[in-house]
Amino acid sequence: MSVVSFSKEKVMQTSVETVKAAPAQPVVAVVTPLSTTATAAAPLLQKRGAWAATAKRGFEWLLPPVTGLLIFAAIWATVSALTQGLPGPVKTWQSAVELFSDPFYINNPNDMGIGWNILNSLKRVATGFGLAAIVGIPMGFVIGRYTFMSRMAAPIISLLKPVSPLAWLPIGLLVFKAANPAAIWVIFITAVWPMIINTAVGVSKVPQDYMNVAKVLNLSEWKVVTKILLPYVMPYMMTGVRLSIGAAWLVIVAAEMLTGGLGIGFWVWDEWNNLNVEHIIIAIFIVGIVGLLLEQLLVLVAKRYSYE
Amino acid sequence: MTTNVMQDRYVLIENVNMTFQTKKGSFQALKDINLNIREGEFISIIGHSGCGKSTVLNLIAGLLQPSEGYLFCAGREISKPGPERAVVFQNHSLLPWLTCFENVYLAVERVFSDNEGPAQLAERTRAALELVGLSHAIEKRPNEISGGMKQRVGIARALAMEPKVLLLDEPFGALDALTRAGLQDELMAIMARSGCTAVMVTHDVDEAVLLSDRIVMMTNGPAATIGEILEVDLPRPRKRLELVEDPAYTHLRSEVLKFLYERHAKKAA
Repeated sequence: MSVVSFSKEKVMQTSVETVKAAPAQPVVAVVTPLSTTATAAAPLLQKRGAWAATAKRGFEWLLPPVTGLLIFAAIWATVSALTQGLPGPVKTWQSAVELFSDPFYINNPNDMGIGWNILNSLKRVATGFGLAAIVGIPMGFVIGRYTFMSRMAAPIISLLKPVSPLAWLPIGLLVFKAANPAAIWVIFITAVWPMIINTAVGVSKVPQDYMNVAKVLNLSEWKVVTKILLPYVMPYMMTGVRLSIGAAWLVIVAAEMLTGGLGIGFWVWDEWNNLNVEHIIIAIFIVGIVGLLLEQLLVLVAKRYSYE
Repeated sequence: MTTNVMQDRYVLIENVNMTFQTKKGSFQALKDINLNIREGEFISIIGHSGCGKSTVLNLIAGLLQPSEGYLFCAGREISKPGPERAVVFQNHSLLPWLTCFENVYLAVERVFSDNEGPAQLAERTRAALELVGLSHAIEKRPNEISGGMKQRVGIARALAMEPKVLLLDEPFGALDALTRAGLQDELMAIMARSGCTAVMVTHDVDEAVLLSDRIVMMTNGPAATIGEILEVDLPRPRKRLELVEDPAYTHLRSEVLKFLYERHAKKAA
């Protein structure tokens, strides 16, 4: 066996040597120029073919979404031409260029650039979402692991989950006596349910085989959590996290409209009061794009932590 | 017979009944199971599917508690799983997010970390994987290796705990015939070296005759019990090819087949 593998290695070595030696003999190529052009042309053709294939694939990939966006813009332009007051795509684009030429100006605390508004909303979402993760994920683990806890939590969760998170805003205002923590509170409520539920579902689905291994090896509760539950539940948890961040970003606009202050939601409301409709449309696009980016970011994180 | 009682009744199953509570009411899986297993003995439990052979194994493992009766191991009642009774699961049950090394280390760490440092624990882990011929795949994850290799890791994990009793639940059931034969031979060699007691659940007649000192044949469920026990007095070490021609082997094989297909044939489901 070892002899065979040795000889194989030797063969490979010699072949590598010949390949290395080849460029050191350009004389051959000079003597027969005809054949070199012929051999050089073949890879070039091949290269061109490959490039064409890549371009074709890229075109096929790009064409449908671009067509979709164009149709959307056409409908938008038609509607804006037929109705009064709704600005068309061109006007909105001009307004957006102007708006984003100076996104971080500060005139006074009530008049700051669009960049500050977005960042402020993101900060609220991050805070509420972070708190929800700190509370929701461990709660999900406990609920998924112990039947008693799951039965105990079931009526509370089923009762509170369908309630619009905005209904909790007055409670937040009452308890925290300030608008900003109340908005964060609403985000917390939005984000906490998907995290609890998805984590708990993941924990309850851990295959009995793995739990039998834990029992036979007599693993400590700490080892069960870190070596079996956490790795198994991670994909479920990431689904919960993705759903929560999506919902939190949906709700922040409404929450900020109600609480005021610096943020994309209140900015929309403010622009409505100024009857600056272009800015409202721009805000819709901003919210959409930021939401998309958040989701994509979490998909990447989820892939990073998946064991498969 | 003046041998030590402890050695003679190393694993003791006394009047065990097992009834499961299901949604359709109670279901009696096992009835009046009595069995003594000697120290160092290799026992196979064979029977048709659904006869509760795995239940017997899970009872010895301590994963299940009997409805009635008692189980003892080395003179102590079995009340929960313990490292002296290692289990090789049918579907290997390796943790897919850990490497082969980490899977075995998890078991080693639990049993020996009180007295040994990480270097010694790692050495034990490597030794166990070497024993089953997997030194080259030590850093691979279970989904990167073949079914036979996964089962080897499962065996390494169980052996690394230095158990007094090795419990094997259809360990080679999911493997192809050639891989299975190879692993059976290796298991025989390992058991001869370690001298540990083994209980194996199987539905493979050849496997049972080849590996066992005694074959426990179970009747069909519900309320399955031990039908007959067959002594396999073939000399060791046993060689697969020589046994094929051996009339004693052929006789034992046909005894098991007659039990399974004549006296306790199962109606086609």
